[in-house]
Amino acid sequence: MHVGLHHYLFVSFMLFSLGLLGVIMRRNLLVIYMSLELMLNAANLALVSFSRFNNKLDGQVLVFFIITVAAAEVAVGLALIVALYRKRQSAHVEDLTSMKL
Amino acid sequence: MTTDLKDLTERIYGNLPWIILFLPLFSATVITLFTLRTKTVSSLISIGAVVTGFILTVIFINHEGWHPITTETSVNWLSIGGLQIDFGLKLDALSLMMLLIVTGVGGAIHIYSYGYMDHDRSKARFFAFLSLFTFSMLGIVLANNFLMMFIFWELVGVSSYLLIGFWFEKPSAGDAAKKAFITNRLGDFGFLAGILMVWGLLGSLNFGVLQTAMLANPAALGVGATIAGLLVFCGAVGKSAQFPLHVWLADAMEGPTPVSALIHAATMVAAGVYMLCRTLFLYNADALHVIAYIGGFTALLAALIAIQQNDIKRIIAYSTLSQLGYMVMAVGLNGPTPAMFHLTTHAFFKALLFLSAGSVILGMHHEQDIWQMGNIRKKMPITFWTFLIGALALSGIPPFSGFYSKDSILAQALEQKNYLLFAVAVFVAALTAFYTFRLFFVVFFGKDKSDHAKHAHESPLVMTLPLVVLAVFAAIGGFIGITNNYGSQFVADHETLSVAQQFLEPLRTPVPMLIGIGVALLGIFLAFALYKNASSDPLPAKLGALSTAMKNRFYFDEFYAATFIRAHDFLAAVADWIDRWILEGAIIGAIRGGTDLSGRALRLAQTGNLQTYTILFVLGVVLLLYFVLGK
Repeated sequence: MHVGLHHYLFVSFMLFSLGLLGVIMRRNLLVIYMSLELMLNAANLALVSFSRFNNKLDGQVLVFFIITVAAAEVAVGLALIVALYRKRQSAHVEDLTSMKL
Repeated sequence: MTTDLKDLTERIYGNLPWIILFLPLFSATVITLFTLRTKTVSSLISIGAVVTGFILTVIFINHEGWHPITTETSVNWLSIGGLQIDFGLKLDALSLMMLLIVTGVGGAIHIYSYGYMDHDRSKARFFAFLSLFTFSMLGIVLANNFLMMFIFWELVGVSSYLLIGFWFEKPSAGDAAKKAFITNRLGDFGFLAGILMVWGLLGSLNFGVLQTAMLANPAALGVGATIAGLLVFCGAVGKSAQFPLHVWLADAMEGPTPVSALIHAATMVAAGVYMLCRTLFLYNADALHVIAYIGGFTALLAALIAIQQNDIKRIIAYSTLSQLGYMVMAVGLNGPTPAMFHLTTHAFFKALLFLSAGSVILGMHHEQDIWQMGNIRKKMPITFWTFLIGALALSGIPPFSGFYSKDSILAQALEQKNYLLFAVAVFVAALTAFYTFRLFFVVFFGKDKSDHAKHAHESPLVMTLPLVVLAVFAAIGGFIGITNNYGSQFVADHETLSVAQQFLEPLRTPVPMLIGIGVALLGIFLAFALYKNASSDPLPAKLGALSTAMKNRFYFDEFYAATFIRAHDFLAAVADWIDRWILEGAIIGAIRGGTDLSGRALRLAQTGNLQTYTILFVLGVVLLLYFVLGK
């Protein structure tokens, strides 16, 4: 069986959907955060595969950037979650509704 | 070099009217901003401004004559489309004459006020208002177009309001101020409508342009001529307190006496007459007829009311109304020259009478009821003599000034062959002499009717000096050439008369002169017979119901309260109901309620939960993608 662009994109789409589902359905902030990373990497996969099948390197370079920025973003995000947990003694989204008037 | 110097002096003279106009405003501003706490400085600033104005006016007239070469100086104030409004000064004999009266008589009254208001803790405020008034009045006098005149017209109304309500702690003063202001508004409404009509029909507001247009084509106003003229006249009806808007002037006596003298006798109420003379070209024969009869009726009505009043200031106030009626009647009889003549002499003798009355009131420790006075001629000799001169002038006894001006009005009525108005004027002349000397005999002769009268004292020099000055002019004002100055402005072939000719001028028309003197003497004799030693008024017993009606001012106030004010209250109640229930209740309520409801509904979407927002966000993206890609 020949593996083509469609297959990669399908995997990417599945990953993205799973991530989105996680973000929407899960209650724990950490898990939501992981799902978010999943969505990010789904996008990365799509970029790499387009790059590969179009014989261009732009997408691959962009992926490196995204991974780097994502690492930094994870550090910040995790720190925020830890800080929030310390303040509220909870990491569940239902408990974090102080934005509501 | 010499030409330069000449140019410079010319420029200075050219700017004098501007300085005269703005000096009082400057004084009012300085007093209000800086010296409100120092009485003496404030009053000196105010007196200085108006006296300087008087001196500058004299200098200007000396240099330029009564008919300056440059009759108008103006700066463009605003232009919208075809409407161009100048802020300009009109300098002709008429306005220069008024300028002299306002600054001259006004100056005397300012000085008098220094003494009269000495013990008032708000003296500085009083002088600030007085200066504001002088500025506004000068603005009316000098205005070269209708709109500018209207603005100053309103400013005069405001300063009059402030000064009538000067003792605002007294509810009656506050009410009188409101009454004066609101009654004037009624007249001003017509005035403004008239101005708009004139502008709509003739396309200009400048007096000079209007006059040229009317002279070129007397029918320029077309069928609206009478209406336009009468609407403009409405302004004079309000300001000069003519029937049916005469009710405010007597109540305005709640203000300090110098205010009554300056505003409600000498200048502001004369503004209506001045305005009529200024815009005389506007009125056609029908309008003039109405003006004449309204003037005549006011003169008669006010004179009748004056007979049975007991407040010294109110008697003089009704006399002012009556004399204003004379002037308006004279204008209506196509006689602006007699009207302005009477305006001038009236400014002298009525200011004199008011100031003398003020001196009496002060000497009597603020007693105004004439039946509480009596026998004070020895205690207040200067006031007695000046009051006598004022009373003789008002009654029209030769050779005092009032005789000449009143005679010229009578002669004018006869010349126009309007025998009805002539008869009215003669009758009013008799009434005038009667009520004036009723007041005179009751106040100065007979027995002292109260303790205050026993302890009356003469006023200080700062008050008696203006009295003497005004008394001199009230005595000689008839033959010092007042009509010579502006006469040629109205009548092209007006002849300039020498003093001697003027002295004997009434002899040219002996009929009105003899009748005038006769009825005046009759009035004085009747007053003498009835009131020489009276301790109470003998008239009510003789006249019965008529006397009660006179005393109650023919029930005009009650009539207005029962009709116009009730109707107005009803309209106001209806408007209030509409505002409360329809505008506020239904319309605003619906809008407010709708906003409130939708707000409450939309609030439900704001759960504060991160994941709700995410779902909404995703749904939004899906929707967007559908619209961008799906179609």
